[in-house]
Amino acid sequence: MIPLAPVFSLEFPPLTHIVQWPAFLFEDTAFAINKVVLVYFFAIIMTVTLFVLGNKKQLVPAGAQNLAETSINFIDDIGLQTMGPEGRKYTPFLASIFFFVFFTNIFEVVPVIQMPASARVALPMLLALTVWFVFVIVGIIKQGPIGYFKNSLFPPGVPPALYIMVVPIEFVSTFLVRPFSLMVRLFANLLAGHILLVTFTVLTAALWVADWTAIFFPLPLFGVIFFVAFEVLVSFLQAYVFALLTGVYIGSSLHDEH
Amino acid sequence: MITDSGLAALTYGLGAIGPGIGIGYLVGQSVQAMARQPEAAGMVRTTMFLGIAFVEALALIGFVVFFLAG
Repeated sequence: MIPLAPVFSLEFPPLTHIVQWPAFLFEDTAFAINKVVLVYFFAIIMTVTLFVLGNKKQLVPAGAQNLAETSINFIDDIGLQTMGPEGRKYTPFLASIFFFVFFTNIFEVVPVIQMPASARVALPMLLALTVWFVFVIVGIIKQGPIGYFKNSLFPPGVPPALYIMVVPIEFVSTFLVRPFSLMVRLFANLLAGHILLVTFTVLTAALWVADWTAIFFPLPLFGVIFFVAFEVLVSFLQAYVFALLTGVYIGSSLHDEH
Repeated sequence: MITDSGLAALTYGLGAIGPGIGIGYLVGQSVQAMARQPEAAGMVRTTMFLGIAFVEALALIGFVVFFLAG
């Protein structure tokens, strides 16, 4: 039922699959399942597993607990740096975002899968909208509906005559550009990385013929090796930046600007 | 001959100059700050990544527009 060859990268898929994988279950419905959806499921399972395994409370941590505690420390620091002490409340949210984004990204270089699920705009958009809802709702709860919009649209210390210019700019930058840039950053980084890997792989395969150009064989191959290492860094960095910006946005809703 | 996709690629290349200079300057200044005050390195690094994320967004929007146009 599940076509094993493309799902597990046993053969090189057609190049059009860079932008669209065919569905193989429930085709033509809203619940169609293709390779990307399977990667979503894997990422969700891995995130939940990390939370469950890391939840053992041994005095001397070992295995998954060790990993979980180190990474929670790291994410706790993100919350502390961007939101201050009350940001610790949001550590679970930041941790879920960080791990989910990281796992969907890292499938880009996992050998038999090699498909970053974040390279489809749906997932970054959903995550960005979630963050958008969270920081707007946190702001409304913390500062009151009128206070929040007054603080974010009418920054203090501006001459009243300038508000006619400042208010539209603040509205666009806070409520439209924030989720949009969050979405585009994750999506475009991962799509670009995926295309980069595909390009170098195709180049390596195309040069794999006996010819006097044999001397150039290793170059794209080294390119593939180098870019795989680079993409591991990018996957981590994008997850970090996503969590960091989530912290910054929620932090800006927690405290009004003075 | 100038094709649409060639033009899109060229324009993306031009659009990447600004963010390139921006990130270079930003990281250079951050390294200088970290070298001068190693105890503030953690704070500088966080702010640096934040700045990189904002600057890089421009280049990435250009990348997406390149796909839409090309």
